[in-house]
Amino acid sequence: MSKHTDIIIIGGGIIGNATAYYLAKKGLSVTVLEASKDIGIGGSSRNGGGVRQSGRDTRELPLAMWGIKNLWPGLSEELGVDVEYIQKGNLRLGKTEAHQKILQGLTDKAVSCGLDVRMIDGDEIRAINPYLSDEVTCASWCPTDGHANPLTATLGYYKKARELGVRFITESPCFELRKIKGVIRQVVTPDAIYEADKILVAAGYDSRRLLATVGIDVPMKPMKMECLVTEAEPPMFLQMLGTAEADFYGHQSKHGSFVFGGSSGLEPFNKDNGTPISSSIGASCTCRGIMKYFPALADAKIVRAWAGWLDDCADKVPVISPVEEVPGLYIACAFSGHGFGIAPAAGYNIAEMMVDGQSIIDLSALRYDRFKPKQ
Amino acid sequence: MKSINDRSQDIGPFVSQTDDGVIICRCEEITKGEIRQAIHDGMFTVNEIRRYLRSGMGLCQGQTCGRLVKNIVVQELDVIPAQLDPATSRSPMRPVEMKVLGNEEVTHV
Repeated sequence: MSKHTDIIIIGGGIIGNATAYYLAKKGLSVTVLEASKDIGIGGSSRNGGGVRQSGRDTRELPLAMWGIKNLWPGLSEELGVDVEYIQKGNLRLGKTEAHQKILQGLTDKAVSCGLDVRMIDGDEIRAINPYLSDEVTCASWCPTDGHANPLTATLGYYKKARELGVRFITESPCFELRKIKGVIRQVVTPDAIYEADKILVAAGYDSRRLLATVGIDVPMKPMKMECLVTEAEPPMFLQMLGTAEADFYGHQSKHGSFVFGGSSGLEPFNKDNGTPISSSIGASCTCRGIMKYFPALADAKIVRAWAGWLDDCADKVPVISPVEEVPGLYIACAFSGHGFGIAPAAGYNIAEMMVDGQSIIDLSALRYDRFKPKQ
Repeated sequence: MKSINDRSQDIGPFVSQTDDGVIICRCEEITKGEIRQAIHDGMFTVNEIRRYLRSGMGLCQGQTCGRLVKNIVVQELDVIPAQLDPATSRSPMRPVEMKVLGNEEVTHV
């Protein structure tokens, strides 16, 4: 088998898979190298499934808006897999004056980018979602936000890319990137040296170690988050939910189960034995948070809890960028826990960037060399 | 030993079998045929099949169907069982109401 393709993508998560699909659609030969045994085993399939625009930093908001307008509505049909995309709005909830201020700030910024989002009061909130407790007094409401299934979206891109001839190799951890005559050329794995004209590093937090082999650094750290899911419940509401403090977020899936993510506050100090493990206190803490917002869910049974790493960037937005210092090298990492919703748009634009030299959406605010010391 | 890591390897076409309608995952009602089709869609590991189809994600969390799914992969890909990891086990061991799970704090006397 040939070890050379037009492009190598390091990382079989949703960013790598989506980019591979859009590149293959353009007729390029692509190899995806995944370090673990499973495709999409990282944050891609461990997140809360939000497909949001509201609450986002203005540097990544145009990408989120473009994806929701152009890609998400037709994605199930395009991939031949039900990604369970539901566009019924996002409520970001608040209970205090401090929350109101946070939400108002986020809303003002998003409105300045042309997003349809506004602040609403308790009555209007409960008209949209009657299950919310009286403690909730304010929220931002973005009717064009929604949610989808991270598992089938990630594996759907994999399935479709594989059908188009993309080569996926699992259990293939990359040790080193190598330049030949000043341009990127090789990826060294335990079993083989793979070659390509262009290489995309989309390996989550692991990208940092890999990029260091060609002298590039992205300031990010791994951060653990935990999620849980209930058994199937009768349909209650269709919105995506979050809170001003980001202490929990989630939605009811098409299957009927509620998927919620949350934090106990001790995540930065959790044990690290190499895999993200749910702590004994995490799910319990998240349950208490959910019940304060949704008293009606107190009897819903939790069937499963899990944890995942997010690649937390120094300034909380991703790096999506060509690397001029290493011609042929591209980076897509540090999505900081909100990469799922913008993954289709990111993959599409990275493919444009790698083939045509220019993405549809201006991504210059997400460059790898934007990090400067404080003044 | 044959590896499952090259996901582009030829595993032959999907051929219907007479028992494809048998339900393997009782909780989520996933049939043998659906699992075999998922393998042909590229889902070569038990974790991937679980995430793609929801097999083993219901009330029993795969305690009933886990080995059955694994055996179907073994036959379909012609590999040995030791090559396949079981799906990741997740807490809690059995379904627990939110009001119970959220009430774990002990008051010391």
